[in-house]
Amino acid sequence: MSKTWLIAQREYLTRVRKKSFIIMSLLGPLLTAAIFAVPVLIATMSDNGKVVAVADAGGLFTDKLPEAKDDISFTRVSADLPAAKAEFNKAKYDALLYVPKLDMANPEGFRVFSRKGLGMSLQRDIERAVNNAVETQRLRKAGVNGAVLDNLKSDVDLQTISLSDDGERSSSTGASTLIAYICGFLIYMFIFIYGIQIMRGVMEEKTNRIVEVVISSVKPFELMMGKVLGIAGVGFTQLGLWLVLSYGIFAVGAGSISPTSVAQERVDRTTAVVQPRVEKEKKAAKDNNAVSEFFQAAEKANINIALIAGCFLFYFLGGYLFYGALFGAIGSAVDSETDTQQFMMPVTMPLVLTFVVAQATLTTNPNGQVAFWMSMFPLTSPIAMMMRLPFGGVPMWQLGLSMLLLIVGFIGTIWLAARIYRVGILMYGKKVTYGELSKWLFYKG
Amino acid sequence: MKTPILEVRDVRKQYAAHTALDGVSLVVPEGSIFGLLGPNGAGKTSLIRIITQITGADSGQVLFRGEPLNPSHIGRIGYLPEERGLYKKMKVGEQLLYLAQLKGIPKEEARVKIKSWLERFDIKGWADKNIEDLSKGMQQKIQFIATVVHDPELVILDEPFSGFDPINANLLKDEILAMRDRGTSIIFSTHRMESVEEMCDHIALINRSKKVLDGPVREVRDAYRTQTYEVEGKGRLMVMHPDFEVIKHQERENGHFYDIIRLHAGAVPNDLLRYLIGPGNVEVHAFREMIPSINDIFIRRVRETHPDYVPTEEEMAVKG
Repeated sequence: MSKTWLIAQREYLTRVRKKSFIIMSLLGPLLTAAIFAVPVLIATMSDNGKVVAVADAGGLFTDKLPEAKDDISFTRVSADLPAAKAEFNKAKYDALLYVPKLDMANPEGFRVFSRKGLGMSLQRDIERAVNNAVETQRLRKAGVNGAVLDNLKSDVDLQTISLSDDGERSSSTGASTLIAYICGFLIYMFIFIYGIQIMRGVMEEKTNRIVEVVISSVKPFELMMGKVLGIAGVGFTQLGLWLVLSYGIFAVGAGSISPTSVAQERVDRTTAVVQPRVEKEKKAAKDNNAVSEFFQAAEKANINIALIAGCFLFYFLGGYLFYGALFGAIGSAVDSETDTQQFMMPVTMPLVLTFVVAQATLTTNPNGQVAFWMSMFPLTSPIAMMMRLPFGGVPMWQLGLSMLLLIVGFIGTIWLAARIYRVGILMYGKKVTYGELSKWLFYKG
Repeated sequence: MKTPILEVRDVRKQYAAHTALDGVSLVVPEGSIFGLLGPNGAGKTSLIRIITQITGADSGQVLFRGEPLNPSHIGRIGYLPEERGLYKKMKVGEQLLYLAQLKGIPKEEARVKIKSWLERFDIKGWADKNIEDLSKGMQQKIQFIATVVHDPELVILDEPFSGFDPINANLLKDEILAMRDRGTSIIFSTHRMESVEEMCDHIALINRSKKVLDGPVREVRDAYRTQTYEVEGKGRLMVMHPDFEVIKHQERENGHFYDIIRLHAGAVPNDLLRYLIGPGNVEVHAFREMIPSINDIFIRRVRETHPDYVPTEEEMAVKG
């Protein structure tokens, strides 16, 4: 055991001291932040803070302009089209809506001018605004008074409730999906990155021809386990660094980089162009940063953070050990990276498959048949179970069985891998087939 | 007799359809250099891997100082495999420390030993260099130190000179002899028999998974004496004697000659010498027994045991 520890130590130290590790540790959180921030930024830039000029020749908006919504605001310009166009060009509005003289029974002839073409959502918003106005006009004509009209308006926000054995629980599918994906993706990535590091490490020892020197001092099994554990340590260190740094980035950056404040900035700018019509309360509500918003959502959704964190550690480690042993065995059986392909396929397929299926079924139907079986089978369970858990409703017996099967599966693969490894590392210059591998399983000590 | 450092008893090892070792028995006496000789693929490495506990034997026994081999012996054996290498990105000092610790030497003790070995090879300044920055010859020195840094009682060297340049090979040879003189037992495995015969005290010949011959080098040679002698001299050599047979006769310049003469059963070298210097004969400049090389002995021995023996390509390469 002390030799396994010694080997793990070496594997850990040589990797942690590499420049690439340090760079990845620093860049990781930045990249992750970028992955989350860029779509939000792009979204805010393209869709929000638009100002639509309205040239109301038809008098559709005589009473009032449409209310600003989703950061799209409206402003009135001259009703005369050529004059409006001149104003549009001068003031840099995003779009110009021209309302012609109207026949209320058959309104047509609306035109929208823009400089670079309208975005889908902007077009939809303008359409909605015009439809609303036309509807209101018609209702008024039909004798419906203003008070009734105001009462008619509603803004519905759906609250989803999940029914389970424990009774009703408020759940937020948004937060659950987010947690499910983060957990699933981290495990997936970790198994891939560090599993392949194990494989490379084994191959390196084999091609360097140091393996026989080492193997005369320690048992092949000790060497393999030392490598698997040492590299696991590297992974945990990296994950830990990422978490700490990510938290730091969020904490520091929330004020300046968080999507809501970016949007806020845009709104502030547009209001400066137009007029200060954005309510002060709205601004206050938006000052919450993304992290606390998320935790609030999770709290509201009644997601058991402690259970998920515990299970995440278990499946994170369990999945890694399970696959790590297999990757080690592959590395021992081949001489070069190009030979790994035929053996990599069956190992990586279940991983990729879980992720693909996750999009289709796991998150939409987290307690269905497919989800159940995938979360039991050790090749897929580390990811599948972690993607089910955040949605709740996984019975304890299923969780227990899944964990037990993973442990049993791990013992099975480590046995299998050790037997392949022990023969493979001393086998040079030979193309190995599956038939050959199966023979190795039955070689005596 | 003293307990031998290593005793191999009737060891068998089978790999799928291929028999690697077929009932091999050996005795390696303490404090000697033991040559394990045979062509490539004869089973030498398989046997060594069993002795170093990398693999196990299917049947038979290996005794280390009379005890059945067990993991506690690992730290008392040093092994330089034929397929060898070092971690390229590791520093010399760290690497040696790591390998010594794997052999079970405590860290501090290992540091002291590494320092003294680096001093002995006069390469103290290398400790902080990466292996990949060293030349091949330098790496070989480090590799050798890694093999012996834990002061093993038994050192096993598999094809030790392969890949060594002549200067380092000589250095290695001297170091091996020095180790022997300090009481370390050494097993020397090679297919290049001529390269080690002058170093070995004992040899064992292995061919096609079986031991074909073993014993002290002198005894083996004596048993395979061919009773042939080289004679050089001046004059007209005419051998007309029933006990002597001229195998080869060469006339050289200025009336010199070179002959190879075999003694028939019952005759001793002195008889031939007396006959040569007898009246009216020749002036003898040199008289030398033709000692068979281990290589010749190997081939003769194999022919004796297998009359229909046809050397494989590997074995032919050895002979050539």
